[in-house]
Amino acid sequence: MGRLDIDRPDQKAGRPPGAAESSTTSNGPAPARSTALARSERAAATVAELDSAVVVLGGRVVLRRVSAEVEEGEVVAVLGANGSGKSTLVRALIGLVPLRDGEARLYGRPLPQFKEWRRIGYVPQRTTAAAGVPATVREVVTSGRLAYTGVLGRLGKRDRIAIDDALATVGLSDRARDSVARLSGGQQQRVLIARALAARPDLLILDEPMAGVDLANQRALADTLAVLHADGTTILLVLHELGPLAPLIDRAVVLRDGRVVHDGAPPPAIGHHADPAHDHVHPHAPGEEPGWLR
Amino acid sequence: MAALSSGVMAAAFHPAGTALPEFLQPAFMQRAVIAAILVGLAAPAIGIYLVQRRMALMGDGIGHVALLGVALGLLLHASPVWTAVVVATLGAIAIEVVRARGAASGDVALALLFYGGIAGGVVLIGLSDSGSNANLLSYLFGSLTTVAPGDLITIAILTLAVLAVTVGLSRALFAVCQDEEYARVAGLPVRALNLLLAISAAVTVTVAMQVVGVLLISALMVVPVATAQQVTRGFRATLWLAILLGVAYAVSGVTFSYYADTASGASIVLLAIAGFALVTILTAVVRRGRAPETEIYEDEVAVGLAEGQA
Repeated sequence: MGRLDIDRPDQKAGRPPGAAESSTTSNGPAPARSTALARSERAAATVAELDSAVVVLGGRVVLRRVSAEVEEGEVVAVLGANGSGKSTLVRALIGLVPLRDGEARLYGRPLPQFKEWRRIGYVPQRTTAAAGVPATVREVVTSGRLAYTGVLGRLGKRDRIAIDDALATVGLSDRARDSVARLSGGQQQRVLIARALAARPDLLILDEPMAGVDLANQRALADTLAVLHADGTTILLVLHELGPLAPLIDRAVVLRDGRVVHDGAPPPAIGHHADPAHDHVHPHAPGEEPGWLR
Repeated sequence: MAALSSGVMAAAFHPAGTALPEFLQPAFMQRAVIAAILVGLAAPAIGIYLVQRRMALMGDGIGHVALLGVALGLLLHASPVWTAVVVATLGAIAIEVVRARGAASGDVALALLFYGGIAGGVVLIGLSDSGSNANLLSYLFGSLTTVAPGDLITIAILTLAVLAVTVGLSRALFAVCQDEEYARVAGLPVRALNLLLAISAAVTVTVAMQVVGVLLISALMVVPVATAQQVTRGFRATLWLAILLGVAYAVSGVTFSYYADTASGASIVLLAIAGFALVTILTAVVRRGRAPETEIYEDEVAVGLAEGQA
């Protein structure tokens, strides 16, 4: 197919010497996905795309030629054991970790040229939404409007309505004036989701939103995401297990050792749990049954 | 407070005024008090962002480096304030670069920078014509008499610049210090904002250097914020209360220093720490008598301020 030569025109520009050798020797070729073809066929529908992405962090190869994409309106889960690279995959997609090789595209644009950040809502993996100084729930959510107001702009009526809506969507309107540090872990996760929602994003990216969240809050989160999905928001999640979100997931990308080992229907829970690399430290959802799949 | 600052303004415009309190009669005290007000405004306004990103001691590091700038000014017979601005800014940018890289060896790099700065400063001040120990001590711990008439204009301009950044850009700086990765994905110019913050911190150190001293500046950046956040729930409220406390501590410390003949910076910092301790005790007492939900109580704020002015 000749992908290495044709599909990455900026290969000569920004890649450090020796990168290709180190990545190919350690990995071998990835499952090929012709992006020239993909782009012409699905350019309008693909909102986020990784193409043969290689990520090296601290001398360790974390992603080994990973290709994956998210179509408009989909709910895609990235699954895998700890250290499989699932978090790095979404971080590479939004430019938080540099690519050693390959390309990331958002809405059809290679990352360095992508400027419409207001279309992306990012919920980082956090155990707390609090920092060294107190902040109210509303102050944190207000940060989500910066993609619209810019550094110097003032908050207008539209901004305030968007903030109110985001707080209502996650069910925290009555806690808006409270300090985030006083909320539970699950509530703080909802604050971070509201911050992302305040920008009214077309693509919502959540990195392990269920980590450290009790079952009641997990269900509240699942309901919130279902509402957003029904409204047409594209959702990409990094998950340790499907849990209460299982009915919502259209497609799962499963990583192992920095490689995509499955891309398609969500795997049955039994297989995931039978994985020896899977550590059983989380609460199980009562309705978690393998039978719903396929 | 209001009466005091209007008195100071009167002093600035009518130096021959007779209605001034005794400590405001000497011209050097009028300059010291005005400088203290400016320092009290600027230090907590920048300090809140350093505390927010848990880098409370960054101001201390910049202070160390600033001494080298002071020494260069004395050696070259240039204004120590301006040479300190230049050197402290370079130091702050270097600290920011080390922080942004997040390398494990960053700690050691910062140690080299800080102690290189202060050692270089002490040696160069010793070599300069005006290199007395008294001069060195006044820059290390603050002095009432170092603020020259020309310095006041410089300090005022620099303070306005710091406030324009820290208050004017507070929503963007809040977002960057709260969650830097989120700010990047939101499309904010994170690197530029970080540099602006580092430069503002360096400028604040220079503004505060004469009254508070390079070794104690960090305390005036951090302690008012630490005091304020015990009674506040939000960032904005913490910012304004910390600025109010900063001015109160700085002015009362300078006044105390005049009567007790002590280093002004050390007096300001001791008062600030006393205020912190008092508010800590009061909030603990108030919380014991209430439900865990805390509110911003006007009376606690007032007590904290009154203590600062004592």
